[in-house]
Amino acid sequence: METIGLNHFLVVSAILFSLGIYSVVTRKNAIMVLMGIELILNSANINFVAFSKYGNYGLGGQVTALFVIILAAAEAAIALAIVLNLYKTFTHINIDEIDELNS
Amino acid sequence: MNLYDIIFYLFAAITIVSAFIVVNAKNIVYAAFSLLFTFFGVSGLYVLLGADFIAIVQVMVYIGGILVLLLFGVMLTHKITSVDIKAGSVQTIPAVIIIGIFAALLIGLMYSTHWAVNPAEIPVTTTKSLGKTLVTEYVLIFELLGILLLVAMIGAATIARRDGDK
Amino acid sequence: MNDIILVNISIITLLLPLFGFGLIIIFSKRFPKLYMAGIGLLIINFFLSVVLLYAKLSNYISQDINFQFTWIDFGNVPVFGNVHIDLGIKIDNITVIMLFVVNLISMLVHIYSLEYMKGDKRFNRYYAYLGIFTFSMIGIVIANNLLMIYIFWELVGLSSYLLIGFWYEKKSAADASKKAFITNRVGDLGMFIGILIVFTTYHTFTFDSIFEQISNGVLPFDSNAWLTATGILIFMGAVGKSAQFPLHVWLPDAMEGPTPVSALIHSATMVAAGVYLSLRIFAMLTADAMLVIAVVGGFTSFLAATIAITQNDIKRVLAYSTVSQLGYMVMAVGVGAFQYAFFHLITHAFFKSNLFLGSGSVIHAMHHEQDMREMGGLRKKMPITYAAFIVSSLAISGIPLTSGFLSKDGLLAGSLAFAHLTGHWLLPTFGFLVALMTAFYMFRLVIMTFHGEPRNKEKYDHAHESPFVMVLPLIVLTTLSLFFWYTPNPVAPEQGWFLSEWVHTPESVVPQETRFDFMKTETEGVTESAVAFSEEYEHAMHWAHIPTLVLSLLLGGLGILFAFLIYHWRKIDPDELAEKLKPAYLFSLNKWYVDEFYEATFISGTLKLSYLLSLFDKYVVDGIVNGTAYVTRVISTISGIFDKYIIDGFVNFTAFLSGLLGLGFRRLQSGRIQTYLVLVIFSLIILLLFFEPF
Repeated sequence: METIGLNHFLVVSAILFSLGIYSVVTRKNAIMVLMGIELILNSANINFVAFSKYGNYGLGGQVTALFVIILAAAEAAIALAIVLNLYKTFTHINIDEIDELNS
Repeated sequence: MNLYDIIFYLFAAITIVSAFIVVNAKNIVYAAFSLLFTFFGVSGLYVLLGADFIAIVQVMVYIGGILVLLLFGVMLTHKITSVDIKAGSVQTIPAVIIIGIFAALLIGLMYSTHWAVNPAEIPVTTTKSLGKTLVTEYVLIFELLGILLLVAMIGAATIARRDGDK
Repeated sequence: MNDIILVNISIITLLLPLFGFGLIIIFSKRFPKLYMAGIGLLIINFFLSVVLLYAKLSNYISQDINFQFTWIDFGNVPVFGNVHIDLGIKIDNITVIMLFVVNLISMLVHIYSLEYMKGDKRFNRYYAYLGIFTFSMIGIVIANNLLMIYIFWELVGLSSYLLIGFWYEKKSAADASKKAFITNRVGDLGMFIGILIVFTTYHTFTFDSIFEQISNGVLPFDSNAWLTATGILIFMGAVGKSAQFPLHVWLPDAMEGPTPVSALIHSATMVAAGVYLSLRIFAMLTADAMLVIAVVGGFTSFLAATIAITQNDIKRVLAYSTVSQLGYMVMAVGVGAFQYAFFHLITHAFFKSNLFLGSGSVIHAMHHEQDMREMGGLRKKMPITYAAFIVSSLAISGIPLTSGFLSKDGLLAGSLAFAHLTGHWLLPTFGFLVALMTAFYMFRLVIMTFHGEPRNKEKYDHAHESPFVMVLPLIVLTTLSLFFWYTPNPVAPEQGWFLSEWVHTPESVVPQETRFDFMKTETEGVTESAVAFSEEYEHAMHWAHIPTLVLSLLLGGLGILFAFLIYHWRKIDPDELAEKLKPAYLFSLNKWYVDEFYEATFISGTLKLSYLLSLFDKYVVDGIVNGTAYVTRVISTISGIFDKYIIDGFVNFTAFLSGLLGLGFRRLQSGRIQTYLVLVIFSLIILLLFFEPF
């Protein structure tokens, strides 16, 4: 078995990304969808940091990862506010039942 | 197989298994707790990659902030007395098929690409240089993100407040 | 000052009245006082024309200013050759003098109407019409080509129509406006044909280039006769507009319009436009054409004068007098007395508009009574109007110290000289007879209106001198009817600056063999004197001078004497005289039965022809139309069936197919974001496979 390299991290990231997408696509609950998005962001972050190290790009990747974390925090706040608003409007947060686009 | 490898596999396993639980858990609270482990595992991977500051921030922001926020969301959107805090899934079979193919393609892509690998020396600590970089080279983005957080805070408060509060 | 400034000023004077017209027409609802703007614009216009007159006569006295641009370029038209239409402005001495006269009289009429038309419910509209009339008249005056003249010609016809029929509630006014318009159309048809002949031959409308080509020997259809015909055809426009026989019938009827309008349009400017046109085309008139013109003018002046003697409506007398004087001018053009024709045009414009405005003042004072038999004794009540009338009447009768004497005398001398040279003695005979009659009927008018005892006591008591705005134009025009504006010597017009410096007879351009003998160009030296043409002509003019002077004075005095004998001192009873000469009296009173003749021939003929044509229409044309309609309907029915089953079937099938496909695709549009996301990933996979990085 080869030693741990870039590809290992990338594979972990890819699996995490797919799981995140799966969660976004299939879960009924809006909060579960948000969790899926967090997974996707995390997988992207792993890529950033991994490339930062193995590509020898200095600290740029890490700084970007930091920014992504900040953005994720802001996104989570806004998204939860939206979810609360959805709850007020529909009294549930089941995304599959919210099909206002189809009217 | 040295220690580094073992630790890597350990954290990777924690991450992926807990993420698996996240996406498949019936109970939303279980899912949230699994997410905690996922974040923790990712944080470990950061450490392995020599990004100690990012790992700490990951633990603090994700586990301490975002996850707690998500749990608040769970609590606020389900009546406490209600048992129905489970969350079902829809269209699982087409999603599994499509995302399976997608994941396979992605992993294949990762392997087949010849990355220009040029590993750098892992520094003892990145906190100091990261801080310097943030306030010199990336200062504009840094400030903008500060404003963004402020705006997000105000925006979240505005969106979430009740109608009668005008 | 250079000539471009002059051109610009003349364009401004052209456009200002049009601007006033638009302004009043559009905004008069909101600003009922807007007519003041019309008056203001005309005053500005008048000052501009004064500037133009001064600038032209002081700086460019012997130089014509031409400004021209290509309006439409048709390029190379097959068969016809290169065709382009130029528009342009020609400013020579007669243009600026005419511009001055038009603007002056128009301004005075604008001011005068302020009082005369007071209280009219279409007051603003009246000023708008005056504006568009002034615009079109100035257009005629400054145009350097036949096309522009024709356009503005029709525009003055239009504004004349609008103003004659201004009180269109009155049937007589509405009829008169129609009559004027239609009668003018007859003349304009000839003019139009003439213009087309000119354009076909010379490919240009511009006077100067037409004349140049004629003098180079280019003739319509290569024949002198056609040149003569062209001149006469264009002159037909003048016959209509200047109310010459046989198209004179509209002008007396045009008196149905407001009196200031009569003063402006039907005495001074528009009717003079015909003479002006004849002067413009003077150079291309052949001897035959000139003879025709002279005879038409002479006969018209005689005819109108005989009618004027017996009319009782004050405005009708003046109308026939106008026709008669226009006949004089036309005759002067015909006999080659170019300068005197123009001179008489100017002096006549002043004293005739003065007479009309004076009669307007009388009519105003008498509360719109126009019958002279109801007047009398107004002298004491209206001294200024009376004075204006007397001076103008003396002028039109050709009594010395007045402007009319100068021009009329010269004009008669011209006709006498012409008769002496060519042997056409009928023309001066007409001229002198008319002079006698003119003096007679003018003083008949003056005496019946102003002298003697008031015949209608009630109206007389209410009469009063007109207000200042109506008297002011009378005063201005009265002074302009005196001699000193034109010449320092009251008996010798040719010594004055008007004839010796300002107005020159243009050189004739027609082939030598088609000219009168006296107009043939001499080989040695061009005459630079006041009187144009040849030594021979000058001798004749000289010879004619003294007899004319004596004869016209004698006849004028005789006419006035007769008028006083009959109407003032009552030595001869007019009614008795009328009884004695009953056939002649009735003939004159009924205007030579011209209207009745037209009624019996042209009008009823037209009606009969129309009836026949209507029968033809009804049975032949309608039959064809109906037959066509039936066939069309049958075809339509067949086509309708085809449409319904084949075309519609195809269309419906397409719609059905689209609906079916839509039904399928609709399932994808569930409105659920997650479904869309799956599709996104699916397309992402396809993209990945497509680029095939493995």
